[in-house]
Amino acid sequence: MTTIGNLKDLITQNVRSSGIAFAFVVIVGMFAFMTDGRLLSPGNLSNLVLQYSYILILAIGMLIVIVGGHIDLSVGSVVALTGAIAAVVVVREGFPWWVGVLAAVATGLLIGVWQGFWVAYVGIPAFIVTLAGMLLFRGLTLLVLDNMSLSPFPGEYGQIGRGFLNGLLGGYGYDTLTLLIFGIAVAGYAVASYRNRRAKLSYNQDVEAIWLFAAKIVLVAAVVMWFAWQLATSRGLPIVLIVLAALIIAYTMITKHSIFGRHVYAIGGNLAAAQLSGVRVKRVNFLIFLNMGFLASIAGIVFSSRSNAAQPGAGEMFELDAIAACFIGGAAVTGGIGTIPGAMIGGLIMAVMSNGMSLLGVDQSVQQVVKGLVLLLAVGFDIWNKKRAGARTA
Amino acid sequence: MSESTASPAEGDGPILEMRGITKTFPGVKALSDVNLSVDRGEIHAICGENGAGKSTLMKVLSGVYPHGTYEGEIVLDGAPASFRTINDSEARGVVIIHQELALVPYLSIAENIFLGNERRRAGEFIDWNRTNTAAAELLARVGLTESPTTPVSTLGVGKQQLVEIAKALSKEVRLLILDEPTAALNDQDSEHLLDILRRLREEGVTCIIISHKLGEIAAIADRTTIIRDGRTIETLDMAEPESTQDRIIRGMVGRSLDNRFPDRTPVIGEEVLRIEDWTVHHPTQPGRVMVDKANLNVRAGEVVGIAGLMGAGRTELAMSVFGHSYGRDISGRVLVHGREVSVKHVSNAIDAGIAYVSEDRKQLGLNLIEDVRRNTSAAGLPKLSRAGWVNEHEELRVAEEYRESMGTRTPNVLVPVGKLSGGNQQKVALSKWIYTDPEVLILDEPTRGIDVGAKYEIYTLINKMVADGKAVLVISSELPELLGICDRIYTLAAGRITGEVDVASATQEGLMSLMTQEADA
Repeated sequence: MTTIGNLKDLITQNVRSSGIAFAFVVIVGMFAFMTDGRLLSPGNLSNLVLQYSYILILAIGMLIVIVGGHIDLSVGSVVALTGAIAAVVVVREGFPWWVGVLAAVATGLLIGVWQGFWVAYVGIPAFIVTLAGMLLFRGLTLLVLDNMSLSPFPGEYGQIGRGFLNGLLGGYGYDTLTLLIFGIAVAGYAVASYRNRRAKLSYNQDVEAIWLFAAKIVLVAAVVMWFAWQLATSRGLPIVLIVLAALIIAYTMITKHSIFGRHVYAIGGNLAAAQLSGVRVKRVNFLIFLNMGFLASIAGIVFSSRSNAAQPGAGEMFELDAIAACFIGGAAVTGGIGTIPGAMIGGLIMAVMSNGMSLLGVDQSVQQVVKGLVLLLAVGFDIWNKKRAGARTA
Repeated sequence: MSESTASPAEGDGPILEMRGITKTFPGVKALSDVNLSVDRGEIHAICGENGAGKSTLMKVLSGVYPHGTYEGEIVLDGAPASFRTINDSEARGVVIIHQELALVPYLSIAENIFLGNERRRAGEFIDWNRTNTAAAELLARVGLTESPTTPVSTLGVGKQQLVEIAKALSKEVRLLILDEPTAALNDQDSEHLLDILRRLREEGVTCIIISHKLGEIAAIADRTTIIRDGRTIETLDMAEPESTQDRIIRGMVGRSLDNRFPDRTPVIGEEVLRIEDWTVHHPTQPGRVMVDKANLNVRAGEVVGIAGLMGAGRTELAMSVFGHSYGRDISGRVLVHGREVSVKHVSNAIDAGIAYVSEDRKQLGLNLIEDVRRNTSAAGLPKLSRAGWVNEHEELRVAEEYRESMGTRTPNVLVPVGKLSGGNQQKVALSKWIYTDPEVLILDEPTRGIDVGAKYEIYTLINKMVADGKAVLVISSELPELLGICDRIYTLAAGRITGEVDVASATQEGLMSLMTQEADA
C-alpha cells in the first residue's frame, strides 16, 4: 500500500472509531487559545488532575456498569458515606490514616455487596436499586456525621488527594523523579506496543507500516513527556495521578483481555445469548456492583482527602458527571458498547471545559448549560457518525 | 392515497417492472443488472440462496434504499417510481412485510393495524368505533375471528403474521411483498397463510413472496424468478411441467442437487448421552407439565432426531437439559458416558460436554452487535485463556480457522454478526459450539430460514461432527430433513415421548401419527 493511502486509511478509520478523541484535541486547543495558554500552564495542569481525578475514578466503574446494561445513581452518596466513615475513624476516633483508608474501602465493598445482591440475585433493575441507594447512603452519611462537617484530616491522609512526589531525586528547577517515572512509562508503552505488533505478525495479522507505527509512538511519547515536563516544573507528580494511572491501566486490561470483561460485554450485548453461552450472569452482575462500590470508596477517599474534610453534602451530582463521561466517551445506553479510554476522554472533555470556563470567569450557571449541551451534542454526533458508517457498510 | 392514483389502467402490462437494478456497497456488488417483471394479480415467488440479493432487491423496491443510491429504474403501473422512503412506496400501494414481525405486543390488534395510519375524528383524536369496525372487517378478510381489541401478545406467530397482512390491507395494498412469511410457522398455519394469499389474489392483490420452502412455492406461485449472486438467472412459469423443485434448486445453486442430503455411513459407538425420567414444569404456570418423564439416548457417531409439532415440548426438553435454561421443578437424570452429570447451570452442561445451538439465533444464539470473532469464542473462552486472561491473538486465529472450515461468507471476522445473512449467522453459531469441543451437540432447528445450498453445507457439517465421534441430537419441524439425516428418530407429543423409530423403517406418515398421538390413548 502506498504511504499516502496508508495514512489516509489511518485517519478515516480513527475519525470514525475515535471521533471523540479528535473532539477532545479540538476542545483543548480552543480553550488553550481562549485562555492565552493558561489552560496548559504547569500549575493549571496539575490542578486539573487533582480536581477531576475522582470523577475519572468513578467513570471507570460506571463504564463497566453501563456496558453491562445497568446504571448506578448512588455513587455520589457512596463517595460521601465512605469519606464520612474515614473521617469518623481518623478524625473523631484518632486512628492512623491507613485504618481510615481500610475502613472506607470496606464500607464501599459492603455497599457493593448490598446493591449487587438486589440487582443480581433478586433481579430488581439497577435504576431502582441505586436510586434507593442514593437516598439511603446520603441519609446514612448525615447520620454518621451528625449533619456536620468533620475536619481536618491529619497530614498523611491529606497527601492522598493533595500530595505530590517532588524532590526525592533532587530538583533542578524541575523534578527528576517525575520525568523518570514518565520516561519509564513511555518506554513501557513502546515496548508493549512493539511486542503486540510482533505477536500480531506471528499470527499473520495485518499491522500498520513500520514508519507509521514508529510515528505513532513518537507522537504519544512527545505529548506525554511534554505533560510530564509541565508537572515536573510545577509541583511534581501528584500522588493521585499515580493511583488514577494504575486504575486506568488495570481496568483497561480487565475490560479488554479478561474473561470477566468479556462476560460484561456479552451480558450487555445480548443477555439471553450470554446466559446460553454459559456466562454466570448473576455472579457477573454482582461483581460489577461490588467493583463499583470499591471504586466509589477510592473516589470517596481521594475526595475527602482533597477537601480535607468529610461533608454531609459531598459528592452530590458526581454520579451524573461519571455517567456523562461514559456516554460522551461512546458508551451505548443499551449496554454492550463502551471502552475505558473512551470514558476517560469523555471525563477529560468535561474537566477541560469546566476548568477552561472557570479560567475565563464564566458563571457557574452558564457552565451547566454548556456542559448539558455538550453531552447532548457529543452523543448526537456519535449516533450520526454511526448511521453514516452504517449506511456505507450495511 | 388520492383519487387520481387509485384507478390505474387495469389488466394491461405488468404492474411492476424493475430494469437493470444495480446496487453496490463498498467492496461488494449486491445486485448487478437485475430485471424483474411482475404481472397484475399474480403470486410471484423470488428464490435464491442466502446473500443472493433477494432482500436487497426488495429494499430497493420499497424505498429502504432511496432512489439514487442504486442504478436502474423501477416502473410501477406504467409510471416511473423513485421512492425516497417507505412512506413513498406505501403511498403507491407497495407494502413489505418483513421476516421479523413489527407489531407492538401490548397494543391491541386494531391499534396495531392502524398504527401510524389512525382512523381519526376531530383532528387528533382516535375514532375508536371506526377503528375497531374497520379492523374487524380486515380481520375477516384474512380469516381471523379474534376480537380487534385483543392484545397482539396473546396471539401465536401464525396469527400475528395474519395481523401484519391485515395491516397491509388497511393501506390499500396493491403489491404485497412477503419476506419468508412462513419461516416461523408450523405446517397448519403455513397452509392457512397460503390460503389467504390465494384469496387475496382473487381480490386482485399482486403478491411477491420470498421463500426457501420450495414445496410452498410450487403450491402457490404463478411464476418464480430465480436470483443467484446478485443476478437474475431466469423466470419460470410454474404452470409448465418442467418447473419442478429440482429445476428451481438447479437454478439457485447453479448445479444440480440430485441428493439434498449428503451420504453418510454411520459408525455407531457407545452411548454418549442418556436422559432418564426427565420432567419439566412450565416456568410461570405451576402444575403444567411441559416434558413428562422423557427417556432417550444418543450414541457416538449417531444422529438422532426429535420430531414433534409446535408446542410438543421439543425446545423445552432441549433447553431444560442445557443448564435448566427453561422451566422449573425439573426432575430426572442426565448421564454423559454413563456418569450422571449436573446440568443446573449452562456452564455445568458445557463442562459435561453438552452444546445447544438455539433455534432463535438472533434472540438467544448470538450477540449481534459483537463481531464474528467474539461470537465464535463466546462459549469457549476458558479454552482461550489462562488464569482469567484471554489470548486475543489466539482468539483471532481460531475465528479465522472456523471462518474457513465452516465456509462462513464474511469480508473478515471483525464484522458484526448482525450484518451477516441467516445461513452465515448459523455457521457462526455452530462454530461457537463446535469450538467448545462437545461430546453431544443438540441442534434446534439448525436449518430454519436458510436456503437449500446452505442447508446442504449444514448437513455436511453435521456428518463431519458424527464422523469425529460426536453424538448429535437434531430437533426439526421438517420431517423430510429428519428422515434424510438421522439414524433414529424419537417422536414427541404433548411433552411425552410417544415413539422411537429406526430411520430405515420410518415414514412421514408413521411419524406424523406418533406425533399426533393423544395422551393416554
